[in-house]
Amino acid sequence: MANNNEEIRYLNPPTVDLKKKKYCRFKKSGIKYIDYKDPEFLKKFVNEQGKILPRRLTGTSLKYQRRVAQAIKRARHLALLPFVTDLLK
Amino acid sequence: MRKLKKLLNPFVHQIIIYNFANTFEKNVKFKTLINSMLNHYETVFILTPVLSDTQIKETVEKFKSLLLENGAVITNEENWGLRKLAYPIQKKTTGFYCLLQFDAEPNVITTLETNYRRDERVIRYLTVRLDKYAYEYAEKRKNVKLKEGKEN
Repeated sequence: MANNNEEIRYLNPPTVDLKKKKYCRFKKSGIKYIDYKDPEFLKKFVNEQGKILPRRLTGTSLKYQRRVAQAIKRARHLALLPFVTDLLK
Repeated sequence: MRKLKKLLNPFVHQIIIYNFANTFEKNVKFKTLINSMLNHYETVFILTPVLSDTQIKETVEKFKSLLLENGAVITNEENWGLRKLAYPIQKKTTGFYCLLQFDAEPNVITTLETNYRRDERVIRYLTVRLDKYAYEYAEKRKNVKLKEGKEN
């Protein structure tokens, strides 16, 4: 058994490069309120089609993800951000 | 033991009454406090681009006076001017944005919003209550604007 453990062969070479740790930019920079009147800022949390990006991509904490989503929805209502588009950026 | 209870009873009774009166008074005070409490609000509305400048001013004035009549205090006013909409609303691609920040009682909002709905010149509106952080942000924004205005 001990011998087998030493000779593990991978089919694909194991990925060695370390991924950068994601962080919540609101917590880091101390932003407490996310403004729905600033569409340029909110575009950072939206993909090319105008969909809200998931937390797993942006690294935003749950608390601020909720607020980002709220702000984006308000901005959409006021036609500051589109509901659907192509090539927003 | 019974004698003791009998002796104490009136006192106990009094204490209960006293406590009840106390909480009742507190409750009333609390309610009046809530009633007199003004909330911070912010409202943005979009007017149709077909209006002339004077008509736009007129409509903005109308809503401002409506707020003032209902005992609201307007703390900030911003006209963003004619802006392109991100998507067409009522077949219009531009709109005149206006922002009002005010302190008011909660029941003012319903009257304001019914007036928005009745007014054909308003194509979109949004009213939000400002919480603690939002209020801080709004105040900061106002001060920045004031400074810019002074420099100009």
